Amino acid sequence: MFRLEGQDRVHAGRLAVIWVILSVIGIVAALQIHYPPYDNSVQGADQSKTMALMTVLAVPIFIGVVLMLVYSAIFFRRRGLELVDGPPMLGNTPVQVAWIGISAVVVLFLAVVGITTLASSSAAQAVGAAGRAIGQSGETGSSTAGGQGPELQVQVVAQQWYFTYRYADYGGVETTHLYLPLNRPVELHVTSLDIIHSFWAYQLGVKADANPGVDNVFHVTPDKLGGFQVRCAELCGIWHGHMADSDGRVVSQSDFDAWIAQQQKDEADIQKALPSYAPYYFPEPLTKGS
Amino acid sequence: MVTAEHVSERRLSIPNNPITGVLLAIPAYFAGLWLGTLFGLNDDANTGVILGYTFATAAFLIGVGFLNYPLERLFGWRVSPISDPEENRGIGRFFRLSLDHKVIGMQYLVTILIMLLFGGIGAMLIRSSLLSPDSSITPPGQYIMLIGLHSVMMIFITSAVIVGPFGNYLVPLMIGARRMAFPRLEALSFWLVPPAAVILAAAAFWGGFPTGWTGYPPLSEQAGQGMDSYIVGFALIGLALIVSGINMLATIITLRAPGMTWTRLPIFVWGIFTTSILGMLAAPVLAVALVQLAMDRTVQTSFFLSANGGSNYLWQNLFWFFGHPEVYIFILPAFGIIMEIVPHFARKPLWGYRTGVVGLFGVALLSWFVWQHHLFVSGIAPVLRPFYMLSTELISIPTGIIFLVTLGTLWRARVWFTVPMLFCMGFLFNFLIGGISGVYLSDVPTDVTLHGSYFSMAHFHYTIMGGEIFALMAACYYWLPKMTGKMLSATIGRVHFWWMFIAFNSTFFPLFIAGILNMPRRVSSYDPALQGLNTWVTISAYFLFGSMILFAGNVIYSLFFSARPALANPWHARSLEWQLPTPVPAYNFERVPMIVGGPYDYGVPNARPVADLGGLVGVTGGG
Repeated sequence: MFRLEGQDRVHAGRLAVIWVILSVIGIVAALQIHYPPYDNSVQGADQSKTMALMTVLAVPIFIGVVLMLVYSAIFFRRRGLELVDGPPMLGNTPVQVAWIGISAVVVLFLAVVGITTLASSSAAQAVGAAGRAIGQSGETGSSTAGGQGPELQVQVVAQQWYFTYRYADYGGVETTHLYLPLNRPVELHVTSLDIIHSFWAYQLGVKADANPGVDNVFHVTPDKLGGFQVRCAELCGIWHGHMADSDGRVVSQSDFDAWIAQQQKDEADIQKALPSYAPYYFPEPLTKGS
Repeated sequence: MVTAEHVSERRLSIPNNPITGVLLAIPAYFAGLWLGTLFGLNDDANTGVILGYTFATAAFLIGVGFLNYPLERLFGWRVSPISDPEENRGIGRFFRLSLDHKVIGMQYLVTILIMLLFGGIGAMLIRSSLLSPDSSITPPGQYIMLIGLHSVMMIFITSAVIVGPFGNYLVPLMIGARRMAFPRLEALSFWLVPPAAVILAAAAFWGGFPTGWTGYPPLSEQAGQGMDSYIVGFALIGLALIVSGINMLATIITLRAPGMTWTRLPIFVWGIFTTSILGMLAAPVLAVALVQLAMDRTVQTSFFLSANGGSNYLWQNLFWFFGHPEVYIFILPAFGIIMEIVPHFARKPLWGYRTGVVGLFGVALLSWFVWQHHLFVSGIAPVLRPFYMLSTELISIPTGIIFLVTLGTLWRARVWFTVPMLFCMGFLFNFLIGGISGVYLSDVPTDVTLHGSYFSMAHFHYTIMGGEIFALMAACYYWLPKMTGKMLSATIGRVHFWWMFIAFNSTFFPLFIAGILNMPRRVSSYDPALQGLNTWVTISAYFLFGSMILFAGNVIYSLFFSARPALANPWHARSLEWQLPTPVPAYNFERVPMIVGGPYDYGVPNARPVADLGGLVGVTGGG
């Protein structure tokens, strides 16, 4: 099928050798990088691994094409001032079929890996089984909203221009920072009071749009103690850039219990002014304790 | 009985030019504003502003002369000579309504390059304010206005920057036609662009709009009157896309010269063909969404307000159903340019011509099935995600074909490294990075982190600026000699290429890293840890802007000062447009040519010249 002769063979052989060497170096280098969002949560670790896999696949493709461009610039350039026509090659069916076949295999491999990562329990949770309840009948896609499940229920309430959090299992107490206990699966219910925001807890590998009237469910299981940042990732008006909080914390279960008890005590007065915990609060006008 | 004398006396006596247009547009704007304020349902001026912009645009088009022909036909007046390129010579024709596709091409080119300057200044202001991590240089309100104006201005530009100038100028020359199929539609597609740009810029007087180019409600319903500029301006550009798409398709299908079979069609024309299909079919969806948004904002419907039973997901779906084909509207003609230029300088036939055409159609077809990848984290039904992940990744296959065809053409070639060829190589490098980074965004697990971050911003700048704008530069250096009769300086051109290539990569590559390291798009304040990276990017961006200034300088210097006249065929290319004399005669071909050979048959034994042009042969190309 691929009988290469004469010059074709010389060039192809040379290119193949250089390509293999550079690709191996490139792949080894790509594997040295520890990709964000690192492994502070089960979901983040999955994303980190997927990103490494993609880079490993991308490196040989990138090197192959760039090598070919550089090689053409060196060896396939015109010598002298005379304008000479190249060999009239109109195409080569086996090469074309091989190229399309290989790119199809790479793409399908990536898609299969992506879909299985998505389907495997942890990653399916990472991007959630979104509850879509859009403005009607008070139903929510999540059966566990407000209930006592094995997962900690935390609601993220976005508004211009800050996030607040309500803990359904603790009487719907509302806090200004997000504290999560270590190694406990968390079900995040992301909603908005006004326009679209996006809840991005970078270190945890979570991003979920906050839509008014919608309960968008994402899952995360933090597995490292420490702080994390929360930012808005969807343009939401002039203070979008300032809609951030670096005081998120992953704490041990006992610290969490102490913290949430303190919050319940501190916020007791405000709690009375708040509407009771619900999957979303839009379009109801909301009276918030100042 | 009406005599000829009677007929000629009754002529429209208003001078038709853009000045008349502006003079009519100003009172029309205030009439619309007044009417809307009188009958509008809202307390704010939205209805008036939208009506004002619409009336002003209509009045401007009438002033430019779009009503003359229908009126002349209706009342039996003498038809003004504007439709005849031979009667309409002189420098003034570039400043008036013209139906000559070559004049329209030049009008497009100059208008869009001027718009590009403003879009670029916007980018420089954005980068300057990011020198500080805490909004201290530009207040957030102005920053968000700059984001909106820069993004939408650039979308206007990139929608038309290749099809407008080069499509209009070159398609008839390349297919052996004496004109376009619908010259008035062609002129309309151009004359809609300046009003759209002016209306967009007018947003600044209302404080801009806070939504960027995506215009997501409910934010866009909360926004002030600047948002109305977005609605009307974008609708005008959408109309231009539809009109130009219909015209291009009709021209390519019906006006090909005898012998110009589908397999002899230059690949650039295939690029225009596929992009026209997308423009014609995608822009109506945008128009629908914009009308709904305008109605939400003025007559208090609630298409996008969940409070009253609407859904903001509706906008996201309609917008991206337009928006994703839209980005291929940008890039397909650029693919066409690259595959067109490379064979002429490689001095080889286009390798795998038919596969290349299939690649263009593959991209065009798949572009309709991917739009929900913009909604992966928005709360769409989870079962949809794998499908859109797969369809998005499948686009790499036809895109890979474009690379295969160009690399195959370079194989064992005798490449003549002219400035256009350098830009083609730059395109391939940049678009490779843009394409690979797109795969990261198509995969749901990685998209969770990368979505809405600087990574996606760097990705689309690599494809649009590193791709489409590099192709634009290649096209300028390659075809401006034919269009203007002057060679652009190759020495300055080489400096320009290397400067732009290095500055571009130095500007946008670090932004991938910024995105991976937790920097969201469109923020005026960011993590202070990223300030060093952002300062580097800003300084590189200044250099990038400088390279564009150098390009402008090269054009001005080469056209007006060095005055090196271009040969009819300076590149010794085989394709049809280079067989014509420079400047191209009024109706291109004295008689419709007979096409007898392919455009890329370099080195093919016994290859015939591309066409039998009768007595009009310029310098024959081919080796």
